[in-house]
Amino acid sequence: MLYFSKLRIISVIIFTIIFSYFALSNFTKLDDNFFSKNINLGLDLQGGSYLLLEIDNKPVITQRLQAKIIELKRYFKEKEISLKNFSLNGETISFEVKEKDYEKVSKLLSDKESDINQYYQSYKSHEFDVIENNKLFNLNYSRYGLVLLKNASLDQAIEIVRRRVDEVGTNEPNILKRGNDRILVELPGLDDPNRIKSLLGKTANLTFQFISQNSEESFGTEKLSFEDGSREAIVSKRIILSGDNLVDAKPTMNSQTNETVVSFSLDRVGAKKFGKATSTGVGKQLAIILDGKIISAPSVREPIIGGSGQISGDFTFQSATDLALLLRSGALPAPLNIIEERTVGPDLGQDSIDAGILSLIIGFLLVIIFMIYKYKAFGLIANLALITNLFLLIGILTLFEATLTLPGIAGIILTVGMAVDANVLIFERIKEETKSEKNPIIAFDAGYTKSRTTILDANITTLIAAFILFFMGSGPVKGFSVTLGVGIITTLFSVYFIARLLTSLYVVKNKEKEQLL
Amino acid sequence: MSNISFNKFYKKFNILSISLIIISLVFLIFKGLNYGVDFKGGTLIELRTNDKTNNISMIRDSFNQMNLGDVSVKKFGNETDFIVKFEKQNSNDPEFIKNIQNKLSSSIGNFDFRRVENVGPKVSSELLKSGIIAISLSLAAMLLYIWIRFEWQFSLGAILAIFHDVIITLGIFSIFSLEINLSIVAAVLTIVGYSMNDTVVIFDRVRENLRKYSDIKIYELTNISINETLSRTIITSITTLLALLSIYLFGGEILKGFSLAMILGVIFGTYSSIYIANPILVALNVSHRTIVKEEKN
Repeated sequence: MLYFSKLRIISVIIFTIIFSYFALSNFTKLDDNFFSKNINLGLDLQGGSYLLLEIDNKPVITQRLQAKIIELKRYFKEKEISLKNFSLNGETISFEVKEKDYEKVSKLLSDKESDINQYYQSYKSHEFDVIENNKLFNLNYSRYGLVLLKNASLDQAIEIVRRRVDEVGTNEPNILKRGNDRILVELPGLDDPNRIKSLLGKTANLTFQFISQNSEESFGTEKLSFEDGSREAIVSKRIILSGDNLVDAKPTMNSQTNETVVSFSLDRVGAKKFGKATSTGVGKQLAIILDGKIISAPSVREPIIGGSGQISGDFTFQSATDLALLLRSGALPAPLNIIEERTVGPDLGQDSIDAGILSLIIGFLLVIIFMIYKYKAFGLIANLALITNLFLLIGILTLFEATLTLPGIAGIILTVGMAVDANVLIFERIKEETKSEKNPIIAFDAGYTKSRTTILDANITTLIAAFILFFMGSGPVKGFSVTLGVGIITTLFSVYFIARLLTSLYVVKNKEKEQLL
Repeated sequence: MSNISFNKFYKKFNILSISLIIISLVFLIFKGLNYGVDFKGGTLIELRTNDKTNNISMIRDSFNQMNLGDVSVKKFGNETDFIVKFEKQNSNDPEFIKNIQNKLSSSIGNFDFRRVENVGPKVSSELLKSGIIAISLSLAAMLLYIWIRFEWQFSLGAILAIFHDVIITLGIFSIFSLEINLSIVAAVLTIVGYSMNDTVVIFDRVRENLRKYSDIKIYELTNISINETLSRTIITSITTLLALLSIYLFGGEILKGFSLAMILGVIFGTYSSIYIANPILVALNVSHRTIVKEEKN
């Protein structure tokens, strides 16, 4: 029926006005928070950096396994069971037991109440998979044990990444987990990501170790090179103090040497340890080591008991600031690698916005002119529907604060091109119907009814493509699927409510005329 | 209503389509696709120089001195804009881009990195995998949808038409070594949707006519249906192409590949819904009884 109830007309108008208002609010600056929602611009339009970091869990796993071996030894010693031939092969702990203890050990390891091999009720799995072979036991992280370990280290890493990014002070960074070993960092508006990249690329493991005089120390020694690569030194493996004990670090000027240094203060435990070590080690060189490289190795002239100190090492003000930042934010549990980076400068973003808007306007005008040329008055109706469609589309994207990307703008333009399809299908059908039906009202009604399934079919197929793209696509391409998908919904609305309303008003008014379409 | 004998050319155009598909497949198999950094891994830099005397070979030389693997340099729209691509990605060196900037400033003077894309091998293979899955999934979903909505003969016709469009579009990308990146995957998916849309409109009409006329042979009937829907087919293709052309010409360099793929896809999609989908209905000898039988079930 070409009849619309008053209520329906009013609700269509109200609906349209609301969304048009949201669409327009992008171009006005209102103070009211609720009404001044804006479409988020994607990184490709506003400029910024997208970094995908992958955590390298290997060192963490090795560390944990080593700790586990110590734990196992202690645990079985308490139970008065002797184990021998402990070894760590890759990611497998293996050890042997005596014949008589075999069953006991086996039970301790595979019991659900086990203290040494935790059982996770929710996963129905132990932390370690135990493979028994005669007297030999092999322990491997179980699938869930590994997942939990990775999750824990990812949680820890994401916290550190957040602190470091916040310290640099970019606006509204977006830091998200991806899977169980990746972190996505989005930094809108950041022109030069080099500084953040080098800050995130450092584990920032800080230790204080004495330079060894004789290579026969009880803790063992290791050979490390200096930061600048100039020389090497033998360092005792005994860790006097680590970055964990730091409570603050900041760049300062050393008034005596006129050098930029990083001064730090320690917590109570750290201060005690440091004091003790420096009072016994007067005259020795204390190496300050960051991520396996020696920053500097000053000689201890007097015991340092105040719980604060300075790190020197040919710093510029910038590098001292960065080191202080790293020390304040803490060490990463494992190294992070940047496996994907996409950076767009702000002026390219603006160029993309300009080009996108220009092509939208031109595409829109071309379609509008073509439709008027083709359908005259009905072309005007289709165009009004198209304009409303555009407002609705942008309005919905604004209301949900969707992210608009450059491919997203392409999706809007494409929607403009394809949206007229439904009206064209209807108009062509009406033309056919008027050949056999003299009453224009019945012919128009039949045109709408008979084309309905086709229009639904045709739009559902595009909607399917948009859906799949939304779930499989990433970044800017996702933005395309959003505008394409929402565009289909608004198209159907504008065709069946706006265009149909206008068509019926027009037809009812001009029903006496020959050849309406 | 138009009255063009499309059906007279079914054979000729089928031969043309089959040849195009074979040529495309040969190129796709032997030459392959020109994957961009999204799928191949590596680094892409969009660079703008302030000095107009800088030309491609100068920029290529400066990059070649940095041991970055295979380097390719191309003009990008503007006189002063270049796209530089090379194999090496930053791997574990956060200073990678900074070092390149430092070295470059000594050789070509003032410049600006407008865009940097750096994709590691793991990510690029994942992106490729998910791209292939997305396209396969959409084909499967279309097949399922049309299988529910139509008889199997129609599904086969529609799916073959889509394969036709996707293969030839990718074939053209292979022949002219055009770059395949993430946005091309989006374009291919949209082509799939568009081609399906176009085919469905004609098929709906074929089915309607099959119900109406039990005495007209499918060979004639497809032709009637194509003609009845022809003005819609043309108008929609024109408006869609107008929109796409506007993106191609004014939407900036980044969207060029995407809009080109879409333009090709729309042209082939329109063609295939007439000349691939319909001849298949004829070949499968669809009749009034096919529809009636199906509906009784």
